[in-house]
Amino acid sequence: MSAAPAKRTTYREAVREAIREALLRDPRVFMMGEDVGRYGGAYAVSKGLLAEFGPERMRDTPLSESAFVGAGIGAALGGARPIVEIMTVNFSLLALDQIVNNAATLRHMSGGQLSVPLVIRMATGAGRQLAAQHAHSLEGWFAHVPGLRIVVPATLADARGMLWTALEDPDPVLMFEHQTLYNMEGELAEDAGPVDIDRAAVRRPGGDVTLITYGATLYTTLAAAETLAAERIESEVIDLRTLRPLDMETIFASVRKTRRVVVIDEGWRSGSLSAEILARVAESAFYDLDAPVARVCSAEVPIPYPKHLEDAALPQAPAIVEAVRALMPASVSR
Amino acid sequence: MTRDEIRTAVLHALTSVAPEIDPQRLDPDSVFRQAYDLDSMDVLNFMIALHASLDVDVPESDYVKLASLNSAVDYLAGRLTS
Amino acid sequence: MIAFHMPTLGADMEAGTLVEWLKKPGDVVARGDIIAVVDTEKGAIEIEVFDAGVIDRLLIAPGQKTPVGTILAMIRAPGEPPGVAPEPVAGAPPAVAARARISPAARKAAGQLGVDLDAVEGRGPGGSITVADVERAVSGRRTVLSASDRLAATRAAVGAAMARSKRDVPHVYLSNTVDLTPALTWLRAENARRAVTERLLPAVLFIKAVGRACADVPGVNGFWTDKGFAAGSGVHVGCAIALRGGGLVAPALHDVNTKSLDVIGREFADLVARARAGALRSSEMSDPTITVTNLGELGVESVYAIIYPPQVAIVGIGRIVDRPWVVEGRIEPRSVVTVSVSADHRAVDGRGAGAFLTAVERWLQEPAAL
Repeated sequence: MSAAPAKRTTYREAVREAIREALLRDPRVFMMGEDVGRYGGAYAVSKGLLAEFGPERMRDTPLSESAFVGAGIGAALGGARPIVEIMTVNFSLLALDQIVNNAATLRHMSGGQLSVPLVIRMATGAGRQLAAQHAHSLEGWFAHVPGLRIVVPATLADARGMLWTALEDPDPVLMFEHQTLYNMEGELAEDAGPVDIDRAAVRRPGGDVTLITYGATLYTTLAAAETLAAERIESEVIDLRTLRPLDMETIFASVRKTRRVVVIDEGWRSGSLSAEILARVAESAFYDLDAPVARVCSAEVPIPYPKHLEDAALPQAPAIVEAVRALMPASVSR
Repeated sequence: MTRDEIRTAVLHALTSVAPEIDPQRLDPDSVFRQAYDLDSMDVLNFMIALHASLDVDVPESDYVKLASLNSAVDYLAGRLTS
Repeated sequence: MIAFHMPTLGADMEAGTLVEWLKKPGDVVARGDIIAVVDTEKGAIEIEVFDAGVIDRLLIAPGQKTPVGTILAMIRAPGEPPGVAPEPVAGAPPAVAARARISPAARKAAGQLGVDLDAVEGRGPGGSITVADVERAVSGRRTVLSASDRLAATRAAVGAAMARSKRDVPHVYLSNTVDLTPALTWLRAENARRAVTERLLPAVLFIKAVGRACADVPGVNGFWTDKGFAAGSGVHVGCAIALRGGGLVAPALHDVNTKSLDVIGREFADLVARARAGALRSSEMSDPTITVTNLGELGVESVYAIIYPPQVAIVGIGRIVDRPWVVEGRIEPRSVVTVSVSADHRAVDGRGAGAFLTAVERWLQEPAAL
């Protein structure tokens, strides 16, 4: 932790500061996407940056994800360091061809001659009653694809620090910002800067169970851990931060200690990232397990619009608490 | 059989009955029964152990003559030479 | 399937710690075979099995402190096929599923620590065996009582049992000074012609006389139960034995009234040796129908003992002393001993207890008939 004085800020401002720093530090950096310039971004992340950096570096694009993601790939191939914003992960599906067939493959198909140092930012997740076409968590799909790095800043420090490191990466990086986090307030060191995008982080140490999560469910999980602590069940909460490549070393170290593991993921469970993580635990840490692996995921429905149904569909703290209790010896659980 | 050999046999019989006795620190004139809290079963087992090692059958009426280490060695030496 | 329970080894026992299994699943056992060793406040006791059959499963791990009545093992009756789930037993822990749930980590830990998982109780989710269960089995194994702890535990256990007895059992005390001269004269003559290995102790005469008197007055030989007095199924005399270093046990000599003095003498010597070596058997601990305590060796003239529930009587023997005694109108030096009986007045009144005491005295006058 930095000893520098901290300031009160929001996740949104932290992302904006990251973009601003990148634009200031590297003339090759520019940003483009729908409404990022004049409107200031669908989530108001880039508000004010057009005035500061001008239309050459803050580019509004047509409503064509395929086109502007493709343009971003081309710019990156040409030596620029583009930051492409896609409004939500649902809309990124229109650019899947560009992302999966081009951005992810060109280094490999060119025998290393080409690189795509592109960063694509997008909002993900539910919780704000935006309904099924604006609220899914599809980052796990992208984590399926070799050639991409998938990062998920859950904290102010990561929102502030991951972008620069991602831009330094010679290969495409997709950054997923959960839409409920933008208004999150907190303290951030004045001198907060780039952070690694390789390692998972232990957000709460504990010896009884490992809770693996990322993004906004980090906070749901920490709340559950607090409830469990009152029952003398100490949870170790791991924030994955990077979904591809997975930092299995941190996960295995924790599971070897706690011998119990629960993955909390806003994605659906079928064919999911949570399945992948637990499969790897079963493959490599089977003999350390003292209880079956467990998951808390979103209900297998398109995310509903009504508030009560949306809440019911998403992983909530009581469900996490229940999942953990079910793994504990009778003498510990209530 | 020398007195030393008899003495060793007596100590062996005694410690087989009362394992907590330290032969090095045993007062040769102390009376076993009182000093080591031996009961009649212990005394009988002591006599059985002596019978096994020295082939001496001490009649019940002579038990009192084996009250201490010194008196037991004296008695047994007399029995073994006669 | 027969459930084999942690036996009660006396009124003062609430739980025992399983030290080791001497049988394993698949072993054939006959009634009376020693199946396990259990550590109690009174030392390690060898536990016998009461049914013939084949060990199906061991349910408790060595090291576990286990309450009396807990199922320790399941035994298949002869001819019964293996793998049958145990019949549910009221008040017993839930039956274990046919295939035990053992976590991978628990299996690994058991391998490293040398723990037999068949005998570990699973307290994890769904009754699974977890690392904590394995570690508990190991830590229990390490906490078998030290000598001083055992002594303290013995004191506590004896204290609790005796307090309960004094509180619950209305004791009636009777005593009689018995002329032992004929018995000792007979014994001296008898021992003089016996090899040292065959000699009899006065204690053997007392035990046999008590056994004979029990057969004469069966109302003192048995147990006080919820339903009143239950006569003992045999005359099994508990013999209070002081342990070197402190402590006391009162294991049974079985069927005393039908055995010869020679047999009782040999069995008594063996019982004392095993009591002091910590190798008593469960039946010896649980079977006494009456107890004899002999404090005469300590120079005590008389003892009025506390009944060891659920027994209903205890006989106290004092020191054999020479006293002036009136025999056929003349004063003579005689060897006499004070014999007392403490009886549970719920089970037997003073008249019955008196008849018993008189019978003991009568048998001591006829040693050759014992």
